[in-house]
Amino acid sequence: MSDIEDRVRKKVVEHLGVEEEKVTENASFIDDLGADSLDTVELVMAFEEEFGIEIPDDAAESIQTFGDAVKFIKENT
Amino acid sequence: MFDLNGKAALVTGASGGIGAAIARTLHGRGATVGLSGTREEPLKALAEELGERANVLPCNLSDADAVNALPKQAAEAMGAVDILVNNAGVTRDNLFMRMSEEEWAQVIEVNLTAAFRLSKGVLRGMMKARWGRIVNVSSVVGATGNPGQGNYAASKAGLVGMSKSLAYEVASRGITVNAIAPGFIATAMTDKLTDDQKSKIDDQIPMGRMGTPEEIAAAALYLASDEAAYVTGAVLHVNGGLAMV
Repeated sequence: MSDIEDRVRKKVVEHLGVEEEKVTENASFIDDLGADSLDTVELVMAFEEEFGIEIPDDAAESIQTFGDAVKFIKENT
Repeated sequence: MFDLNGKAALVTGASGGIGAAIARTLHGRGATVGLSGTREEPLKALAEELGERANVLPCNLSDADAVNALPKQAAEAMGAVDILVNNAGVTRDNLFMRMSEEEWAQVIEVNLTAAFRLSKGVLRGMMKARWGRIVNVSSVVGATGNPGQGNYAASKAGLVGMSKSLAYEVASRGITVNAIAPGFIATAMTDKLTDDQKSKIDDQIPMGRMGTPEEIAAAALYLASDEAAYVTGAVLHVNGGLAMV
């Protein structure tokens, strides 16, 4: 497991209050992890701060699952 | 009650009568204030009067880049923006049939679009803090309409719709968004009216007089306080009974 995956998972667990095991590659923030649309905005904000990157709005909209988030961050850090 | 110690408030239009009164009142309750407006001189004079915890943040609200930069400047100057008061407003009155595109656009840009931009800019910090207050200064004419003010009334009604929509979105994060709708308030603008005009206005108001900027500031203080935590999406009419809506 990569360091980026760990850090993203930690943020998701922290923000959504879910069990770590549930945060799998294809876990959808909204459908599987109980996030509402505002939670996803906050998650993106948290990723931006954790990794010191900027995630533009159109990219943010495409980040639906844990795997999407890890992929985007890996490609942009 | 209404203690704002440790809170930072950004007030637009602080060079005007109502904005200055709001800034004074919030400051008087312990808030650090960011005084924004187009004219720097009156802002400086107000900051000097207030002494500590007052920051001058000039901004031309019809300049999109300047407006988008203001929340960050305010947060840098004050450490955070806990309270945003979108008070700045301009009028370009004209009969609807004579109103130019420019008169329409200028009023919407400053009164409504700047409030959108500033609200968006301060939300991130408020979401993280799980506490925030946005107070939009609308107007009674946003509810009643007013001949010659199609643009102004549209912008003020627009603020109400915007406040309510945003209030829905961020309520779960401890952020409230409310509007104040002042009626006729005695300011430099109304000083220009003749005594005859003033008495005609007073006749329409059940209270028989114009309001004071301090009476609007008191409403802003309430909505900005911890005590108003359960009030969101509301429009607080402060108009002496002029329009009971």
